[in-house]
Amino acid sequence: MLAESLFFSAVLFTIGVIGVLTRRNAIIIFMCVELMLNAVNLTFVAFAQVYGVAGQIFVFFVMTVAAAEAAVGLAIIIALFRHRQTVNLSNINLLKG
Amino acid sequence: MLLQHAATVGAHPLSGTAASYVWLLPLLPLLGFVINGLLSLVSAVHLGPDDPSASHGDSHALSHDSNAHAPDEGGAHGDDHHPVARHRYAAITSLIGPGVLVLSFLLATAIFLAMRAVGSHEPFIQRYFSWMPVGDLQIDAAFQLDQLSMLMVMVITGVGTLIHIFSVGYMVDDPGYPRYFAYLNLFVFFMLVLVLGSSYPVMFVGWEGVGLCSYLLIGFWFSEKANADAGKKAFIVNRIGDFGFLVAMFMLFANIGALDFVGVNAAASGMPFGGVLVTTICLFFFLGCAGKSAQIPLYVWLPDAMAGPTPVSALIHAATMVTAGVYLIARSNVLFSLAPAAGLTVVVIGALTAIFAASIGLKQWDIKKVLAYSTVSQLGYMFIGVGSGAYVAGLFHLMTHSFFKALLFLGSGSVIYAMHRAYHHTGNHEDAQDMRNMGGLKKYMPITWALMWAATLAISGIPPFTGFFSKDEILGAVFARHTGSTLAEAHWLGIPGGTVLLVCYALGLAAALMTAVYMTRMMLYTFHGPNRSGEKEREHLHEAPWIMTAPLVVLGVLSVFGGWFNLPSFFPLGPVGALERWLEPVVGEGALRITKGAPLELAHGTELMLVAIAVVIAVAGIALAFARLKPESLVPAKDAPAEHGFERVLANKYFVDETYDAAIVQPVVATSRGLLWRGIDIGLIDGLTRLLIQSKDDDSAPGTTVPMGGLLPRAVGWMGSQMQSGLVGTYAWVLVVGVLFVLGAFTFR
Amino acid sequence: MTHNNLSLFYVFLFYFFGLVAIISALVFVTRKSPVAAAMWLVSVMFSLAVLYVLLDAQFIGTMQVLVYAGAIMVVFLFVIMLLNLGHPSELADARGVWWKLAAGGVGLAMLAQVFAVTKAQVPAAFVLPENSLANQVARDGAIAPLAGPLFHEYLLAFEVTSVLLLAAIVGAVVLGKRKERTNAR
Repeated sequence: MLAESLFFSAVLFTIGVIGVLTRRNAIIIFMCVELMLNAVNLTFVAFAQVYGVAGQIFVFFVMTVAAAEAAVGLAIIIALFRHRQTVNLSNINLLKG
Repeated sequence: MLLQHAATVGAHPLSGTAASYVWLLPLLPLLGFVINGLLSLVSAVHLGPDDPSASHGDSHALSHDSNAHAPDEGGAHGDDHHPVARHRYAAITSLIGPGVLVLSFLLATAIFLAMRAVGSHEPFIQRYFSWMPVGDLQIDAAFQLDQLSMLMVMVITGVGTLIHIFSVGYMVDDPGYPRYFAYLNLFVFFMLVLVLGSSYPVMFVGWEGVGLCSYLLIGFWFSEKANADAGKKAFIVNRIGDFGFLVAMFMLFANIGALDFVGVNAAASGMPFGGVLVTTICLFFFLGCAGKSAQIPLYVWLPDAMAGPTPVSALIHAATMVTAGVYLIARSNVLFSLAPAAGLTVVVIGALTAIFAASIGLKQWDIKKVLAYSTVSQLGYMFIGVGSGAYVAGLFHLMTHSFFKALLFLGSGSVIYAMHRAYHHTGNHEDAQDMRNMGGLKKYMPITWALMWAATLAISGIPPFTGFFSKDEILGAVFARHTGSTLAEAHWLGIPGGTVLLVCYALGLAAALMTAVYMTRMMLYTFHGPNRSGEKEREHLHEAPWIMTAPLVVLGVLSVFGGWFNLPSFFPLGPVGALERWLEPVVGEGALRITKGAPLELAHGTELMLVAIAVVIAVAGIALAFARLKPESLVPAKDAPAEHGFERVLANKYFVDETYDAAIVQPVVATSRGLLWRGIDIGLIDGLTRLLIQSKDDDSAPGTTVPMGGLLPRAVGWMGSQMQSGLVGTYAWVLVVGVLFVLGAFTFR
Repeated sequence: MTHNNLSLFYVFLFYFFGLVAIISALVFVTRKSPVAAAMWLVSVMFSLAVLYVLLDAQFIGTMQVLVYAGAIMVVFLFVIMLLNLGHPSELADARGVWWKLAAGGVGLAMLAQVFAVTKAQVPAAFVLPENSLANQVARDGAIAPLAGPLFHEYLLAFEVTSVLLLAAIVGAVVLGKRKERTNAR
């Protein structure tokens, strides 16, 4: 099942990448990042079956960090929305220069 | 220990005598330079508000037709440009400046006496330290004491002392008095290094040094641009000659591997006679001589050098520095004797210079310019002498010329001093050096008049004065070598050497005639006839102080009796040929090679006839001048009519300076300005710099600019700023592309 | 569950839910409405949870449902609702055609490269005996194999993660606060 899992994981990851590149809505982009993280989790779990439980422990931590990241990231998006009244990233270029 | 007394092979007989202090000879003037230099640096003369210079009007009259001419300021006695302000430490300088020279001269005399007592024929070399040990080349800082260098040392220190003493009176009221003596002492130091050096590089140090001091002294009153320009001109023209000297040294080293005189002379005998190498080396050396000793085509700096103080003209441009070229050829006599073509070239150029300069001197009105061209002409004679292998004759003329030319220059210095005093008292701004403003000075300055007549007779070649013996010997030697010598058998540009020598002899005679004429002309216009200086000025004309007149007297004695140093056989008033015997160990080899083994003797009758011709010519010249030139018909310079025709050409020195300017200087300047400066410097290099940095107007401070990035930084910055759009999407793209690259590294491992 | 040779049911389930995950992901990426997209992402996560269970990571699967789908996606939906972004955007959310094509190309390139990388060989020393994890789970239960190393070898990471969570909480609170307008200076 390792090869199949890796296949699925790769496809999911690529879809996540395409989503990040294609969409403009900040929340959708964020969700695509979560998709990528999930794909990676699948990889780790698949490897854990073959190479030992450390893979699952890694997934554990990834999930924790993803949760923290989601919290902070959404707080940022809220602050951004309050400032700019939009979450369309094409219009937000505060980093310009 | 710095002083390692290593003589040549074994211990030299001179080792224990005064000669072992030869290093002290140049060191004393160097000490004078240091002390005087420090005095000059330590105290500046501050001109206060009630300085006499402020009361004078502006624009000292430079109403001359000749270019680059700034009149010698007649010492220092008040003029709008050279205020009277005696230096605070003038007394110390007056003691130290000439003092070190006197000590040097005394030491030189002691060494000379020791040399005469020992009578060795080997040079005494004292090596101090290894200067340039580079691979095969071993150049030592060493002095070589032999008869030739001793002769030069005596002339330099002897005449130099007299001129230093004269300078005390002449320059004491100049604000730059210590600086003057510092430079003068430094010059003597370098000149002594030049003549005492035991190898060409050490000699070259002195060579360059005297060039430097000449520049410093010519432009002594540098606040006037013309003086500074004259100094520059001297230095630059000299440089061209120095290039020749250097190339000759390079060729010597490349082919022989030695640069010290002993080594070169030893190796030279192995070189093929008349070969291309030896001839080329000698010609390049002569290029150096042409620069330093003012021969055609590099003589143009010497008349301009008259912008310096008159004692400088006497010392440097009459007695010592300009004779360095003659010394060089005499020192390299072995090389020159192997290259008859080069020898003929030297003779030809010497003869041409002699007559060319003499002709210019016929029509000069500035008294110092007459003497300058006379110097160039007499130097030509010296080169005729050494070029034809008559080294003793040439060096003898060098010695006698230093006597009477120094006397002439110092005498003219007294005259100018008196004229300047007179003009200062009456507030006249005419040129104090123009002979048309003088006249009848015999009444006011009889001692100077008498002494200068002595010098004039000497230079014209009237027996029994000095110049007669030396000039006659040169002309006789040239005539004698036109058959039976290696020169006669060689060819110069296809012409047989004998013919060349005969022609040069004739040119020499013609130049002698002209010499007599222009010197008498100078005396007539300056001292005889009515005085044209003006009613009020006349009251202030008088003889110079004794400190300036005393050296003149000594030089006068030497000019009269100097011929005793090398009397010819037909005039046995004293020891015959003393100088010849003295110099024989040094120049004998070269001279004999040219005369093919045996000293060339003219038949007694021929010799007497030549002497008679020479005397007749000299007397004829003086008589011609007295007959044709009427000092009464002169008018003061400001009223003088313009010259016409050939006289105008002569008065303008054949327009040589103008030709050089148009043919050489202007193209170089134009190329520098147009091509090098605008084209390469501004266009190319600044363009490249503009790639990196530019200037933009500063808005906060109008009129100024601030730097900003040039093309390159702005391009790179533009590219960078395009990447910094601030849009996260773009950054994501960059990220992904980066990931692809990293994955690619793994994929294609 | 132990399986030396995989039963058909197992394989079918694996492929089925894998397919569901992929299709859900594709649909998720192409939704205009953020709420719809969130729902589809939840679907992906559920499918993945099944896959985790099938891969002998039962605890992880449970955590996936509880934490990821149950907490993180809920937060997402909270924010969407809070900012009233539930409606499909007026402007076209996705970018132009060329952009999408380029993104597709990049994606394909990445896929290809990932495949190539997965062909790499891991040294045999790391490979555990067959079914070792399944045996462990059967022996000690689902949680114990995970918990043991977590509190022994990876204790430091565990503690640090707790600090990280603290920081995240504080950060989220600070960032989410409305600025108070104070007139007093």
